[in-house]
Amino acid sequence: MIDPALLYGLTGAAVVGLGLYGFLSLRHLLRRVLAFNVVGSGIFLMFGAAGYRGAVAEGTAGADPVPQALIITGIVVALAATALAVGLILAHARATGRRTLPEDDT
Amino acid sequence: MIPGDGAGGALMATVALPLAGSLLAVVLGRHGAQVAGGVALGVGAAVAVLAAQVAGGGVLRVDLGGWAPPLGIALMADGLAVAFLGLGAVVMAAVVAQAAALFSTRGGESRAGYGFWPLVMVLWAALNLTFLSRDLFNLYVALELLTLGAVALVAIGGQAGPLAAALRYMVFALMGSLLYLLGAVLLYAAHGTLDIDLLAIRAQPAPPDLVAAGLITAGLAVKTALFPFHAWLPPAHAGAPAPASAVLSALVPKGSFFILWRLWFEAMPDLAAPPVLTLLAGLGGAAVIYGSALALMQGRLKMIVAYSTVAQLGYLFLVFPLAGGAGAAQPWEASAWTGTAFQALSHGLAKAAMFLAAGLFVMAVGHDRLEGLRGLARTMPMAVFGFGLAAVALLGLPPSGGFTAKYLVMTAAFASGQVVWAGVLVVGGLLAAGYLYRPMAALFADAAPGPLTPVPRRLQALPLLLAGLAIGLGVASDAPITFLAIGRPDAAAEGL
Repeated sequence: MIDPALLYGLTGAAVVGLGLYGFLSLRHLLRRVLAFNVVGSGIFLMFGAAGYRGAVAEGTAGADPVPQALIITGIVVALAATALAVGLILAHARATGRRTLPEDDT
Repeated sequence: MIPGDGAGGALMATVALPLAGSLLAVVLGRHGAQVAGGVALGVGAAVAVLAAQVAGGGVLRVDLGGWAPPLGIALMADGLAVAFLGLGAVVMAAVVAQAAALFSTRGGESRAGYGFWPLVMVLWAALNLTFLSRDLFNLYVALELLTLGAVALVAIGGQAGPLAAALRYMVFALMGSLLYLLGAVLLYAAHGTLDIDLLAIRAQPAPPDLVAAGLITAGLAVKTALFPFHAWLPPAHAGAPAPASAVLSALVPKGSFFILWRLWFEAMPDLAAPPVLTLLAGLGGAAVIYGSALALMQGRLKMIVAYSTVAQLGYLFLVFPLAGGAGAAQPWEASAWTGTAFQALSHGLAKAAMFLAAGLFVMAVGHDRLEGLRGLARTMPMAVFGFGLAAVALLGLPPSGGFTAKYLVMTAAFASGQVVWAGVLVVGGLLAAGYLYRPMAALFADAAPGPLTPVPRRLQALPLLLAGLAIGLGVASDAPITFLAIGRPDAAAEGL
């Protein structure tokens, strides 16, 4: 039986990898913002797993609460960044009719 | 130190005042300029109180809410932090003064006129927090607020060019924050804390910490526009309105560099291996040469000044292999560390002066192409003189702060036998003379300028004042050097 914290951690790492690949390979700006959110979710999953593992190691009941507080803060930050990015993408699309950065146009 | 007494209160006010001002500016709409003026006065007073406290009583620490790390978050004001708070306060005061005039002459009803004030103040709060915070996650939040404010300021005009520049900035910044966050998560998983002082005790020169430090460093390098991650900076800084450009170029990259500095010198000084340090300095050196070379080729004043920022930020990264190089052999220990702080402060003042002056030239001529600036020295002598003094500081000519900076760093380079970095300083200085000569030649050309919009004299005094301070930093360099040494980490004198 695999240790659940390890499973969550590995899953998080895989999600981070998928998201990073998307972030670097995609040109459509909205897709890149979605990829950013995928990476963020992966990082938060790893963070949660780290908090769980820390609690198990210390023998206390329940998980270490600090990572949970930090994850919530991180989600808020990612939400704000996403909102600004989407707003910029919309304004850019209205001004130029493009959905990619000028240097990514083919 | 209990929060709530004078000095602790002043420390928290440097963050709380701009944040409150930002919210108030949203509510009050067209009175944003007055709110920002009040905040600038308040933060200036708070920084003065802090400076007096730190100069007299040494490093000031505040555990927020009375919770000590690792559960709580500590703020700390040492000499370095207060010096950068002071830089921020001076630059922001000048920026607020110019922006107030700029956005009122255009009619306060423009979108940029409404949006500028809340954004610039939230950016200021985040910047002050990056200088004070001792917790890597708290620093992450500050860094994000800083970046989001900066990106929004680039896009504030709403034209297609700056919008694309803002989006490019955003893409790089998102990448940088992900790398930083991933590194911070790995550090927490390994050590159960993100407090810089606790990490300094717990960090090990082993693979997990090295990977984490590498990720954080890469993320911060992207946000500091270190070569080869610099592509976003020039169009973003040149595309913003001039007062915003001054903040973006003079202050914002200093925030991410400051965290990088704290990380290597204070959180994990034992982790640094020579190849890593050489790589960072090598990229910095490449930034100096490449940024300067591209600045030589630009036809627009703001693009020249923005590429110069890429080059000038490169100098900061020379600190990593050089710190401690001169060591106890010199009357000023830790000369590379101190010199780098001087470079950051001097560049901040000079670059803000240049962008504010460029903004006045744009106000007068209507654009910033070099050929249109010919002969402006006749009609705007104060602004042009300020631009010239700022150029002296960027070049590192005596007696400017830039000279003191380069002198200290070069001493360290020779004393430690790493002469190649001294070569970077010399070549960078020569190239800077080249790219700054072109706008100076245009400004002082013997030609009558075309029809001009008159620019008030009090606005012309602002760049002159900032550039004068950049020079004064070198003339009276003794006091700042002593001040910077308050709470200086051991690694600054011993080397990484």
